[in-house]
Amino acid sequence: MSHQNRNLSGALATLAAGALFGFGLSYATMIRPEVVLSFLRFQDFGLMLVMGGAVMVVVVAYTLAPRLLARPLLDDHFHKHPSTWNRNTAMGAALFGVGWGLCGVCPGPAIAGLGAGNWDLLWALAGIALGALVQGLRAR
Amino acid sequence: MSLFPLGWQHYLLGGLIIGTGTALLFVLTGRIGGMSTVFSSTWSYVVQRPFFQQARFVDSRSWRLVYAAGLVLGALVWWLGFSGGVREATAVPVWQLVVGGFFVGYGARLGNGCTSGHGICGLGSLQWPSLMAVLTFMATAFITANLAARWLS
Repeated sequence: MSHQNRNLSGALATLAAGALFGFGLSYATMIRPEVVLSFLRFQDFGLMLVMGGAVMVVVVAYTLAPRLLARPLLDDHFHKHPSTWNRNTAMGAALFGVGWGLCGVCPGPAIAGLGAGNWDLLWALAGIALGALVQGLRAR
Repeated sequence: MSLFPLGWQHYLLGGLIIGTGTALLFVLTGRIGGMSTVFSSTWSYVVQRPFFQQARFVDSRSWRLVYAAGLVLGALVWWLGFSGGVREATAVPVWQLVVGGFFVGYGARLGNGCTSGHGICGLGSLQWPSLMAVLTFMATAFITANLAARWLS
């Protein structure tokens, strides 16, 4: 495959994967902050099934794909994203939870919700973008 | 009292579809598809400070935007084809969306991951720091959401 064709097919694959993600978020009603908040208030445990279902599929893919394939079908290597546990991770996760508990919106649904006409989520999207900007400006 | 007063099938099936999207991205392109990084990487187009010009943001910023566009597209397909066409809206007050959003953005980027980054990709690659992050944000979110329900409504 030529370099240009590979770029194009990679972009289409990324778009399709994102579309599945966004469809799944919508189908599971995670784009409704009220549903997320009802989980956080112990009224509806559906979010555990959403996260559990997603993790099950991803565990299989992340474990098997690098063993069965020498490289991804459209690119040259499998990425790794090691997570670390330190002060920043702890503080960041804690603050993320405070914000999530206040608005019921996390980054995926803030973006996907727009596709379902939920313009209210633009407020959350603006807040998230601003928070990410301030984090970067304060970082060294 | 039921654990799933609105039914459980749509939650599980939706989760499996989300996982399939993340898995497809990995199998086809090798990429790890957490969502919060796009909020830092997109700033790299306009903010010249060294933090935003790191290779991990600049090199991934275009595919992350395509991935985000896919999210919108997938939700649009659901809305037009599967939801009955009622526009989604929320009754959560604007100030809560903005202030909550700010902490979500700041915290996810400081902690290098959100519900999808640590929750789906991190747990999906069996990394214990991600499990710690998930338990931490779940705990503070439970506390905040319950206090907010008591004090703000």
